[in-house]
Amino acid sequence: MIVYDRQYDVIVVGAGHAGCEAALAASRMGCATLLLTINLDAVALMSCNPAIGGLAKGHLVKEIDALGGEMGKNIDATGIQFHILNTRKGPAVRASRAQADKQQYRLRMKRILEHQEHLDLKQAEVTALHVEEGRVLGVDTRGGVRFCGRTVILTTGTFMRGLIHIGLVHYPGGRAGDIPSMGLSDHLRELGFNVGRLKTGTPARLDGKTIDFSRLEAQPGDDPPVPFSFSTERIDRPQVPCYIAYTNERSHEIIRSGLDRSPLYAGIIEGIGPRYCPSIEDKVVRFPDKDRHQSFIEPEGADTVEYYPSGLSTSLPIDIQWAFYRSIVGMERVEIMRPAYAIEYDYVDPIQLHATLETKVVQNLFHAGQINGTSGYEEAAGQGLVAGINAVLRVKGKELLVLGRDEAYIGVMIDDLVTLGTREPYRMFTSRAEYRLLLREDNADQRLRRIGHEVGLVPEEEYGRFAAKLAQIDEQLARIRQTRIAPSAMEPDFMEEYGLVGLQNAMSLDQLLRRPDVGWRDLIRLDPTIGEADARIWEQIEIQVKYQGYIDRQLEQVAKSRVLEGVRIPTGFDYATLAGLSTEVREKLAKFQPDTLGQASRIPGITPAAIAILSISLKARSSR
Amino acid sequence: MYIADTIAAISTPLGEGGIGILRISGPDARRIAERIFLRTNSGGLLSHRFYYGEIVDPASLSPLDEGLMVFMRAPRSFTREDVVELHCHGGYLLVQQILALILNQGARLAAPGEFTRRAFLNGRIDLLQAESVIDVIRGKTDAALALAQHQREGRLSRLIAEARQHLVHVLALLEAYVDFPEDEIGGFHREQLDSRCSAAQLIIAQLLGSYDEGRVLRDGVSVLIAGKPNAGKSSLLNTLLREKRAIVTAIPGTTRDMIQEVVNIGGLPVTLIDTAGVRETGDEVEQEGVRRTMEAIPRADLVLFLVDGSRPYDSDDELICTALTGRRFLLVKNKSDLTEMMELPTGLSEVSPLVISTKTGAGIEHLKEAVCREFLHGRAVDSREFVALSRARHRDALVKCQSALVQFGESLAAGLPPEIVAVDLREALSALGEVTGETTPDEVLDLVFSQFCVGK
Repeated sequence: MIVYDRQYDVIVVGAGHAGCEAALAASRMGCATLLLTINLDAVALMSCNPAIGGLAKGHLVKEIDALGGEMGKNIDATGIQFHILNTRKGPAVRASRAQADKQQYRLRMKRILEHQEHLDLKQAEVTALHVEEGRVLGVDTRGGVRFCGRTVILTTGTFMRGLIHIGLVHYPGGRAGDIPSMGLSDHLRELGFNVGRLKTGTPARLDGKTIDFSRLEAQPGDDPPVPFSFSTERIDRPQVPCYIAYTNERSHEIIRSGLDRSPLYAGIIEGIGPRYCPSIEDKVVRFPDKDRHQSFIEPEGADTVEYYPSGLSTSLPIDIQWAFYRSIVGMERVEIMRPAYAIEYDYVDPIQLHATLETKVVQNLFHAGQINGTSGYEEAAGQGLVAGINAVLRVKGKELLVLGRDEAYIGVMIDDLVTLGTREPYRMFTSRAEYRLLLREDNADQRLRRIGHEVGLVPEEEYGRFAAKLAQIDEQLARIRQTRIAPSAMEPDFMEEYGLVGLQNAMSLDQLLRRPDVGWRDLIRLDPTIGEADARIWEQIEIQVKYQGYIDRQLEQVAKSRVLEGVRIPTGFDYATLAGLSTEVREKLAKFQPDTLGQASRIPGITPAAIAILSISLKARSSR
Repeated sequence: MYIADTIAAISTPLGEGGIGILRISGPDARRIAERIFLRTNSGGLLSHRFYYGEIVDPASLSPLDEGLMVFMRAPRSFTREDVVELHCHGGYLLVQQILALILNQGARLAAPGEFTRRAFLNGRIDLLQAESVIDVIRGKTDAALALAQHQREGRLSRLIAEARQHLVHVLALLEAYVDFPEDEIGGFHREQLDSRCSAAQLIIAQLLGSYDEGRVLRDGVSVLIAGKPNAGKSSLLNTLLREKRAIVTAIPGTTRDMIQEVVNIGGLPVTLIDTAGVRETGDEVEQEGVRRTMEAIPRADLVLFLVDGSRPYDSDDELICTALTGRRFLLVKNKSDLTEMMELPTGLSEVSPLVISTKTGAGIEHLKEAVCREFLHGRAVDSREFVALSRARHRDALVKCQSALVQFGESLAAGLPPEIVAVDLREALSALGEVTGETTPDEVLDLVFSQFCVGK
């Protein structure tokens, strides 16, 4: 083994969405960082759909951005269609989504990495970790080189023992067109990690020249497009539409006729797939009454004819794929450029992680992204960012960062993973967050900018702009609380419109804004200066005022749960000697090894009585 | 270490005893006590003094009971928090009603062993004592588990589970609407949501109604003691009550009316009904008593058929035996201290009698176990505190659930966004969760995935 003569602070293995954020965070925080990837032409590649964001995922991107990550800026620079979802619902679940120019997205991210100070970018396949006395010291590569690093972050995506399935044909691969990573997961198992297997899939890529778009319904984006990043002023890139297509009964018959050659139904695939992202054959089998399924035909870029038909992923044989895609109206002559496939890959049980994403098995080793059983670019990037930050904090000997469930979706996700583990690829949903009203896209900066600034990822200039925004919100909020309008000062038609006829006493502007049918723009009629301030400021004020009661209720719940979250359970706590716990509870606690009482309380089957006993014992220990 | 809210519980065993004591601990203890207890002495409230007064419902100001109140200012109390004790008359229903008053004023029902736990956490008791607390908590938890298992089979928890199921469905509809594009889930299923919601509300209203009517709460189960005159029915009742309440004489026919007492048998609140002896008689008053007894037999959950082992089986015994056809009963043979004179008729030869002596107390424990077995399917648990507590808990949970659902309905009607109204719904579910266990996000997502074809 040849030892490379440079000592790194942080080594990141894998340059997908998790790896890029991890490497950027580490190097931007001043640590000597090495990013290793199997294929330097596939940095930040979108292996599945060419889009960023979506319900609950948009929230993750805004949080990454607020903390000083790159994903939001990268999609703003390379997005070709922006759209805000759930606009007809409430403010907490509105979510941003954008189609990306897939090649531009990857190239821009690579450029950012290449020009980042303190960061080396190299192509190599890591086959083993260099571990001594339970602590990681570096990585060994297939090329026989050992790189030394004080911390290592594994972001292996779908590459470990990746196996691609198209019908009954299967072959090793990390992604279509890429080699898999062989040996690393076996090595992790030897180190004491529980390695499991998951499955995911992607649809075919279609030749746009052979699609009759005149027979599909066009779906334009929002105009003007609204950016993800708090730092982006506006989107200049030209925008393109998506299209809507539908399967039909004939498509479903074709699919059913190929089920005997489906690796899923033939039992060849052992990995567990995501229920929220089922293959088309899954949908047809499980919902036989549905006579059609919708698909968005998404452009893969501005300069390519490749299109991604969402919702139509499959692992059926290629001849079935040809017939099935061609059964869709508008696609009668469609040519498949890349076939749809399923992929199985190894992941590591995330229960073996601390909430900092450091493993409990090997010190200074962090895991992020699909290796932890998640799916999705945004989920991966969020973990990568946290792992990157924490690797640096470890190197600097500082306390590691744990985002609370009341602070960020990233916190909810990591806590879910490390507390409960996952048996299928984990995707973020807003329903997973018990404090959903607090975790909005619009206030991600108010939740996380300060943390990003403290760790050194948010530059002074950007932080200054944020502080100014906060001050403006406070100032305007105070003003509308103080400004009282007498009924005599309101126009009669205004009073009629908002059901205020007969009003006796003066009302403050914030009282008016609290009414369900009054928005901040309506207040301009009473006080024209309101129109002069930034709309983003007023949106914040309106949400805070309108949903105050509900937000306060959630804040109360947070205060209560904080107590349990604050009680730490020492590493290696011996549950066997704890009197009063049932065997079942004791075994569960020993298995999950929670870091805090809060985590313990979220393990299924752990009763409040067990938590009481545990808290007494902890108290007794500390007073001893 | 813990959330310093205010907790309350009944501190004396239920169903027996001349007085009942309720204890309130926490920052609101004094405020709550002053709302429901009207002192005759209207001066300032001193710590560690007994005050006489009336316990009233603050809503109607109608008095429930007279009693004593003592306030112990922190830290000079068992928990080192502000503590109030209320001493009232010890009736089962009364103490429950007063507890309900306290809970309605904002206290939370104390968890098992919680007073002691607070005492420890506040440094009032030492480690050794605390470790015995752990045993106490465990003991109670096990008993609660056994009870929960028993109740799970009961109608009550079946209904609560049913209501919860409806609400989880409602939540799944809401969450699907929030978390997935409308074209995938077919819009907002308002009708299904409304019908599920009213179904849940109906169940909860019915259950709360049944609490107010009080059969479950007040009566527990009813056990009727039937036998011919002087078989020892009143003695048996008294033995089970451990005090002389019914008039006992050697003259047959002393108990001319029925006497009811609530007694705690192995954790089960049992209403014991002592009846007039059954015999053919010319006495009109006694005839009336016999008639009432015969009418009461079908209404009891269980009959203790008491025979006098020192006398032969006769036509009076046969009269009762005939009335027991098709009823749940235990044959109890009394007076084992005297010479056995009884031979059971062929009709009863299959039944093995429980042999007791109310005079010496022999066989009484076996009898109690047998009664418990009849109701707890062999799991006779000593959880008398828990039968009561878990019921107050249920009521507490249901009331909270109901008011959250009312709020939910109003928020929906006001057109608030789905993620906002979901807060009310989750509150309703978490109230039921105190009885049935929490609703996890995965459970909701499972339902979404099983109902809707979602996913890109």
